Amino acid sequence: MSTPVASGLADFFGDAVDLQVQVDAIGLGAIFALMAVGIGLVFGVLRLVNFAYGQLIMAGGFALAFASERGWSVGVGIALCFAVVIVLSLAMERAVFRPLRTQSPAVMLTATFAVSFLLQSIALLWFGPLGKTAASLAELNRPVTVGGVEIRKIAIVAIATAAVCLVLLVLLLNRTSIGLHMRAAAMDFQTARLLGVRANFVSAAAVLIAGALAAVVAVLLTVQFPTVTPTFALRETIVVLAGVVVGGMTRLLSATLGGFAIGYVSGLLGGALPTEQSQYLPTFLFGLVILVLLLRPEGLFTRGGRAVERV
Amino acid sequence: MSEPVLQIVDVEVTYGGVPAVRGVSLTADAGEIVGLIGPNGAGKSTTLHAVMGLVPLRGGEVALEGRSLRGKTPEAIARGGVALVPEGRRLFGELTVEENLRLGLAGRRETSGNGGDLVDVYELFPVLEEFRDRPAGVLSGGQQQQLAIARALVARPSVLLLDEPSLGLAPTVVDLVFSTLATIRDRGLAVVLVEQRAQRTVALADRTHVLANGELRLTLTPDDAGDTDRMIAAYFS
Repeated sequence: MSTPVASGLADFFGDAVDLQVQVDAIGLGAIFALMAVGIGLVFGVLRLVNFAYGQLIMAGGFALAFASERGWSVGVGIALCFAVVIVLSLAMERAVFRPLRTQSPAVMLTATFAVSFLLQSIALLWFGPLGKTAASLAELNRPVTVGGVEIRKIAIVAIATAAVCLVLLVLLLNRTSIGLHMRAAAMDFQTARLLGVRANFVSAAAVLIAGALAAVVAVLLTVQFPTVTPTFALRETIVVLAGVVVGGMTRLLSATLGGFAIGYVSGLLGGALPTEQSQYLPTFLFGLVILVLLLRPEGLFTRGGRAVERV
Repeated sequence: MSEPVLQIVDVEVTYGGVPAVRGVSLTADAGEIVGLIGPNGAGKSTTLHAVMGLVPLRGGEVALEGRSLRGKTPEAIARGGVALVPEGRRLFGELTVEENLRLGLAGRRETSGNGGDLVDVYELFPVLEEFRDRPAGVLSGGQQQQLAIARALVARPSVLLLDEPSLGLAPTVVDLVFSTLATIRDRGLAVVLVEQRAQRTVALADRTHVLANGELRLTLTPDDAGDTDRMIAAYFS
């Protein structure tokens, strides 16, 4: 009786250590890490959990689909995606985040729920429930053979892109004065303002960077899921939010690691679970989330003691 | 006759309807230290916060070099030339000494310069240059207070407001802070000093106002520094 379980587990671990599964899981982890940075950066500076982050990615997806259906070149499609997502981010900041900056976290979170569903509804009206197809970069789903193992190009592209984005962000935060201002604002906004740090500028900068990352994620996600619907990236956003909390929301690094970890585990479970059991993936995933939160409520990747720096 | 650098006229501040500052007026000119002493809750810090735009003015006016600061944001006031050394220093403990100082550049008015110009504060506070790469949080209390003052000076303000800079410091360090303030005055800044150490403040400042229950009660000059009875009477009036 124990034999099927044992062989099932053996299959699971056999698949899990498979290089192809590993690279795919790291690729998904990389994409989720970028989303976690986008969410964590805005939380750090504005103390706002942006539930509508997924709809920025959705808007980027529709921009890519729009370009792809008209046969525009990949470059134009990506440029349109960045333009749409960044303009939408800044509009969100100006119209909703900024006026609510002094409100309680509950008010701000509820407002982002409203923005999220508003944008989904607009997408539904404009594009219909079946969505559009963004196929310009479908070629990246083809595998390349590395050392006898077939690896999808998109996994490599996602890992490389995430690495470049994260390095650029670290340089921005640590080497520029706007980065210093953002870190200070995340630690103590009032004192930063007393020193002359412009609140509106810093908050717009955080939202702008998060928006640019959302555009990157939109490009990467549409390769793997080319059908863009109004609920595009919604599930991923919820998973990443869980990951950010699991990692530790109060620091950008721990939030990023949390995003990566949940993406990686998600990819691993997806790759290693037998196909007929893949519907159990969210069950396993969120079961793990609850377990981690019970054991380490302050976050998996936070150091002991109080966390002060949030960016 | 030029106007004083900082003018506070009939300022009123209320917290939830309760008056905290009631019609306070004072001026500070370049090369002057103006002291503000009084018991806890007298409205000293609130007066400074009103200047910085941290609390709204219920009435009255605050002007810097003749221009009204009323309704401006704290960052606009900081960029306009007023710097506050807040109570409790409010340093960024995880940032290095130099990063804290570079934050002070945010309030500097000149757009010229490459932002790396911290030479004059390092001259004034050599210990900060020595510890420039350490996190501000590991410095001693006295070093942190020097950093807080230095961070405000980096902005090259025309007015420096200090909220109880000697709080919790060892006597020798208090000496250092007070002598630094004298140096800063000699460089031509207008300084407003909120303090609990009444006698030392009266001795240092060009004039010292005693604030009680949100109102100015008395103005003292350095000649009054020995007159303890008068000070005590003003405190409890």
